[in-house]
Amino acid sequence: MQVSITVNGEQRTDEVEPRLLLAHYLREVRGLRATNIGCDSTSCGACTVIVDGLSVKSCTVLTAQADGAQVTTLEGLTGADGELHPVQAAFRAEHGLQCGFCTPGMVMAAIGVLADNPDPTDREVREGLEGNLCRCTGYHNIVRAVLTAAQAGPAAGQVPQAQEVEA
Amino acid sequence: MIPTAFDYVRARSVDEALAALTEHGEDAKLLAGGHSLLPIMKLRLAIPTVLIDIGGIPDLSYVRVEGDEVAVGAGTRLFEIERDEVVRAEVPLLSHVAGRVGDPQVRHRATLGGTVAHSDPASDVPTGLLALGGDVVVQGPAGRRSIPVTACWTGFFETDVAADEMVVEVRVPRTGSSGWGYEKFTRRENDWAIVAAAAVEGRVALANMAGTVVRAAATEEALARGASIAEAAALADQGTSPSSDMHADADYRRHLARLLTRRALETAAAA
Repeated sequence: MQVSITVNGEQRTDEVEPRLLLAHYLREVRGLRATNIGCDSTSCGACTVIVDGLSVKSCTVLTAQADGAQVTTLEGLTGADGELHPVQAAFRAEHGLQCGFCTPGMVMAAIGVLADNPDPTDREVREGLEGNLCRCTGYHNIVRAVLTAAQAGPAAGQVPQAQEVEA
Repeated sequence: MIPTAFDYVRARSVDEALAALTEHGEDAKLLAGGHSLLPIMKLRLAIPTVLIDIGGIPDLSYVRVEGDEVAVGAGTRLFEIERDEVVRAEVPLLSHVAGRVGDPQVRHRATLGGTVAHSDPASDVPTGLLALGGDVVVQGPAGRRSIPVTACWTGFFETDVAADEMVVEVRVPRTGSSGWGYEKFTRRENDWAIVAAAAVEGRVALANMAGTVVRAAATEEALARGASIAEAAALADQGTSPSSDMHADADYRRHLARLLTRRALETAAAA
């Protein structure tokens, strides 16, 4: 079947199998490999991307369901001049990663958290990231990074493309 | 994990979806948010040959006050129910249980109709609905009919919804300022309930204490007789048939049902 999906601002039409998962489409058809597949069972959040303004786990969405949608992956966060998104900058500043495998999903989920609540408490960040697992258990610095990113203002809860992040 | 191959049909209206269901029969499954269906398809526990995507039908997503009830469209996503001002004011228990499902990413996709139709006995939303009362509205070739929530969930992953019908709406009584409680016991925050108890207006429903969500009938009868919360909650596991698994054995589940029922009733009474 044909799908037309805008990823990081670039619209493309592709012929895909109906069973192709969005995570596989992003990695293998679009060649965007920042989106990791961890548990492959909607638990770990490593594959989190933004679809039409909402954070979702792309291992549990069919590419067909995203037909016509706007998708933002980690690759779409950095500006053309190489400037990091406020959440990326905060993860770097606070060392919000250890092995880094969960990081792309954590960053995308954190944008969703900040879109929903621009000034969260420590507890609200933890609850907002309940769907993302860090097997290194590096949660303290991840939470710290999200709180630091919140200080950057509304841009921390937005993605560079036209789509508006709701939550 | 990759599901087996299937044909994909996009329905733009309820009528289109019903026509496709009639055409493809039991080989077809309806796909809304896909957060129950796709995981079991990836595990190949379900192998439908046709998926009918109803996720894009616009008029299935709404919240309306209609007389003494709140009507919620089956396509309404759980995060919308969690936040909706009308639901929060008129049926706060429904808002709460919608917000206890999975995690934010899951609630961005999962729908009310999906969690009702999936009939998982550990599911938060059916537990809340069973305590609230009300009806599940389904539509089929013969038109619409209402299934009382007490008759909706007939077995493990089984409902009273026929193969050629689809859930289009859920109607719940407005409980307004009535006290309510919901107690969910999990190992991790985004897990399924090991046991959960919902209480509102003297009605109590339990998750994961049988093949479906169930009402704690003995507790409700005791409350109606004027028993204390402690006395009534001690009967919560009567008539249930919990299973044993790696999370908890049946006796422990019975203990949890009594304990969580007491806490839910106490919370409801304190409001």
